[in-house]
Amino acid sequence: MGVEGIGARVVRKEDKRFITGKGRYVDDIKLTGMTHAYFIRSPHAHAKVKKIDSSAALKMPGVVAVLTGQQLVDDKVGNLICGWAITSKDGSPMKMGAWPAMAPETVRFVGQAVAVVIAESKNLARDAAEAIVVDYEELPAVADMRAAIKPGAPQLHPEAPGNQVYDWVIGDEGAVNAAFSKAANVVKLDVTNNRLAPNAMEPRAAIADYDSAEEHFTLYTTSQNPHVARLVLSAFYNIAPEHKLRVIAPDVGGGFGSKIFIYPEEMVALWASKKVGRPVKWTGDRTEAFLTDAHGRDHITHAEMAFDANNKIIGLRVKTYANFGAYMSLFSSSVPTYLYATLLSGQYNIPAIHAEVIGVYTNTTPVDAYRGAGRPEASYLIERLMETAARQLNVDPAQLRRTNFITQFPHQTPVIMAYDTGDFNASLDAAMKAIDYAGFPARKAKAKADGKLRGIGVSCYIEACGIAPSKAVGSLGAGVGLWESAEVRVNPVGTIEILTGSHSHGQGHETTFCQLVAERLGVPISQVSIVHGDTDKVQFGMGTYGSRSAAVGLTAILKAMEKVESKAKKIAAHALETSEADIVIENGEFKVTGTDKAIALPMVALAAYTAHNLPDGMEPGLKESAFYDPTNFTFPAGAYICEVEVDPGTGKTSFINFVAADDFGRLINPMIVEGQVHGGLVQGIGQALLEHAIYDANGQPVTASFMDYAMPRADDVPSFNLSHTTTLCPGNPLGIKGCGEAGAIGASAAVINAITDAIGKNNLEMPATPDRVWRTIHAA
Amino acid sequence: MYQTTYHRASSVDEAASLFAKGSESKFLAGGQTLLPVMKQRLAGPSDVIDLGRIKELQGVELSGDTLTIKAATAYYDIMTNADVKQAIPAIAYLTSVLGDPAVRYRGTIGGSIANNDPAADFPAALLALGATVKTNKRSIAADDFFQGLFTTALEDGEIITAVSFPVPAKAGYEKMRHPASRFALTGVFVAQTKSGDVRVAATGASQTGVMRVPAIEAALKANWSPSAIDSVTISANGLLADIHGTAEYRANLIKVMAQRAVAAAR
Repeated sequence: MGVEGIGARVVRKEDKRFITGKGRYVDDIKLTGMTHAYFIRSPHAHAKVKKIDSSAALKMPGVVAVLTGQQLVDDKVGNLICGWAITSKDGSPMKMGAWPAMAPETVRFVGQAVAVVIAESKNLARDAAEAIVVDYEELPAVADMRAAIKPGAPQLHPEAPGNQVYDWVIGDEGAVNAAFSKAANVVKLDVTNNRLAPNAMEPRAAIADYDSAEEHFTLYTTSQNPHVARLVLSAFYNIAPEHKLRVIAPDVGGGFGSKIFIYPEEMVALWASKKVGRPVKWTGDRTEAFLTDAHGRDHITHAEMAFDANNKIIGLRVKTYANFGAYMSLFSSSVPTYLYATLLSGQYNIPAIHAEVIGVYTNTTPVDAYRGAGRPEASYLIERLMETAARQLNVDPAQLRRTNFITQFPHQTPVIMAYDTGDFNASLDAAMKAIDYAGFPARKAKAKADGKLRGIGVSCYIEACGIAPSKAVGSLGAGVGLWESAEVRVNPVGTIEILTGSHSHGQGHETTFCQLVAERLGVPISQVSIVHGDTDKVQFGMGTYGSRSAAVGLTAILKAMEKVESKAKKIAAHALETSEADIVIENGEFKVTGTDKAIALPMVALAAYTAHNLPDGMEPGLKESAFYDPTNFTFPAGAYICEVEVDPGTGKTSFINFVAADDFGRLINPMIVEGQVHGGLVQGIGQALLEHAIYDANGQPVTASFMDYAMPRADDVPSFNLSHTTTLCPGNPLGIKGCGEAGAIGASAAVINAITDAIGKNNLEMPATPDRVWRTIHAA
Repeated sequence: MYQTTYHRASSVDEAASLFAKGSESKFLAGGQTLLPVMKQRLAGPSDVIDLGRIKELQGVELSGDTLTIKAATAYYDIMTNADVKQAIPAIAYLTSVLGDPAVRYRGTIGGSIANNDPAADFPAALLALGATVKTNKRSIAADDFFQGLFTTALEDGEIITAVSFPVPAKAGYEKMRHPASRFALTGVFVAQTKSGDVRVAATGASQTGVMRVPAIEAALKANWSPSAIDSVTISANGLLADIHGTAEYRANLIKVMAQRAVAAAR
């Protein structure tokens, strides 16, 4: 692999600037003549906007303009869109309520913007905002899904009777009914998948800069996918055509899905920049992040699993209510459907599955993809069901899983996904060995003697990553293709620039992508740089989410590399007076195989650009691009086991051990992979023990600051014991499956399974706070 | 943040006089509460008078059976002070679990008790140890000082200069940390005086702020041991309830934390 090639634990190139404060985030950018935006947001969960009086504000110092939702309507700026069409079981399209970037008439969640102040400083804008009087007529609000679907509930959108987005089904209901009718045992479970606030470290921000002479916009924004942002802003919002809009996503401090979407604030900044004729900057604060960043999860599910007399699963029936919040965010429709129900087979051979998903509007912040996006909800459900079944059937939970593991590949599940490869027994073996599963009963007995309740919990997850084959997702309703593009530029003196449509917001692409070049050409990664996040530089791209950047983005780079190598070999062969077939690339040199004749990469590059002596008919230059569209999803999988101790006096859970055995296919940089797993596990543990975005019955957020919303801290989580079992992904040439979301997908079930094992009660909702665990222990 | 005028006082007298001149003045100690609320525009003082650099408000003194901590002494300096660790180790422990390192470097004992957050740690120590709050005008017994949520006996413009603690025979503190804020979800400070009296105070639990717990005091007076508290019943009436802890849970925590504080007391 070489010291910097594939598989090497190379220290991250980008960390020097991040840890020395030299990163360049949107808020670090200051443009000449820049103004500052401050949004007026609704304090009500549901209200009519009767009147906005900005007369006093307009007279205040430094105020440039006050703009309202009605002006957006007057200027024919389009409403926000949802990019994935879902069809209900009755054949009707999903019911989409209009979402204007600032509400002209009706607000439907606390924090929805109704107007914006543009001023010379953020503080002056905020002063003026306090002088704006908005006359609201409060309407009845509903925040709870169960309440929202009841007859007589407050209605959010005239387009969506009964607050229903869709009623969608997948699978063969008849086959499932038949399976249940002959089942030896049926296991039932109700679970809630708690709503989470994403809380990237960097809040969202945008700077819009309109050039009236060129009629051209530049948008700096905290985006995971700047090209998609430009596409959506151009195609749907009537703000600027694509060639007159440059979108730059510079250093971005974490996304976790929440920065995929196009939000009202960047649309308004673009529009306002043209209106005031100056650059407009908006940087959200933490409260705005809690109120307006798309939330994650929020499902209520009832599931039933049918077993035969040999403890083999013969059927699965699932009904899920998914909270959408007040509006449909960009990819929200796909999350509880094609990203969730298609993974309900888990790691198991389940011959019949039927799932129904009902999307529900409530007067809460919109919900969309958050690290894992549908797959954590599926994995949590299945793994809680398996643990519940093991207890009900009185078999060892690990053994029940083994009894039902898929062992033959490829495997077609009854819910679309065709798993290409995997070895689920290998992962479970590795995890059980690492945690000394066999020694657990003795440890539990010893803990009991010390007055502590000890438990162990298994979670065997599978996810669909490497998102996604364009034709397949198109057939399921996606509005975009999900390929990736890349360009490899070898400069005249042999340094290399990789332009990629992937976007790094913490993933370490500037290191891992260079490692591929080091592997292929044998050059040091210091000679390679990664260019991303700018629509003027990179031809196109679909961005980074769904654990796709290595499996899809890096494969696109590989395809472009192969073209470059092919041309470079021709040039080298010409210079060395041999045939292309005799050229091999080693340590940055093009060698004639079996001889000591060689020409170094810089000389090949120089030859390509001087063009003094190229093969007849060859174009000058050494630069190639490629688009790569995967043929299938990838299927990372693994086994997580955690051992906990619960303090019966306080209900507090402490970790004794947490082991993760993942199969991610080939690893490019194991150190970065471990970092991804650590972060994912912490998010999964955060969901299991701490995090919950809560609204009161009237739609007022209860957890809109870190004083109330419990983010995991370092001392809330254990040191993790990680290992890898590997089956190479057959779907891409590098054998990569992806690793970005696994921890968040698999961890929460392991934690809850361990706690419920410790306390001897099966019903425990997330987050398992000390209070909730204590009450569960002491409940009659 | 709203516009404000910042003053750095060099003496207590200067601070008091600066305070009187402002239309809506606030004293600034470690700034762990005041600065966040100012940033959120929930407070807009005309004048901020910084007490943090006043020399006479810094330091710890041990004299006979009295430990005196000056008001602007930071938690970190209390936690690491040899006299504190020797005389009342429970106070050193309390400061070591208060907030996080950044809070401990900035926050002060005077700022904590003047604010009297119902979930702050120090009010429990003062109340259980029967401390005396010294101000630029008078001395106030801890029993009289804390008067409910964010309310104290301090008059407008009065400055805490020090807190004097009688050194106890034994004292201990244990708390369950609030999962989000890391304040005390419930914390209990137990103290046995050298004359054999027992005082117990709970923070984070009551709707009216820090409080004595007479039932546990009586049980411990009869028998200073964790098991003495087994039979005590704590009512949930009047206790705080929020998303991180029901009133019943807090009632349980008062008992459990008291038992653990007794076990840890020295």
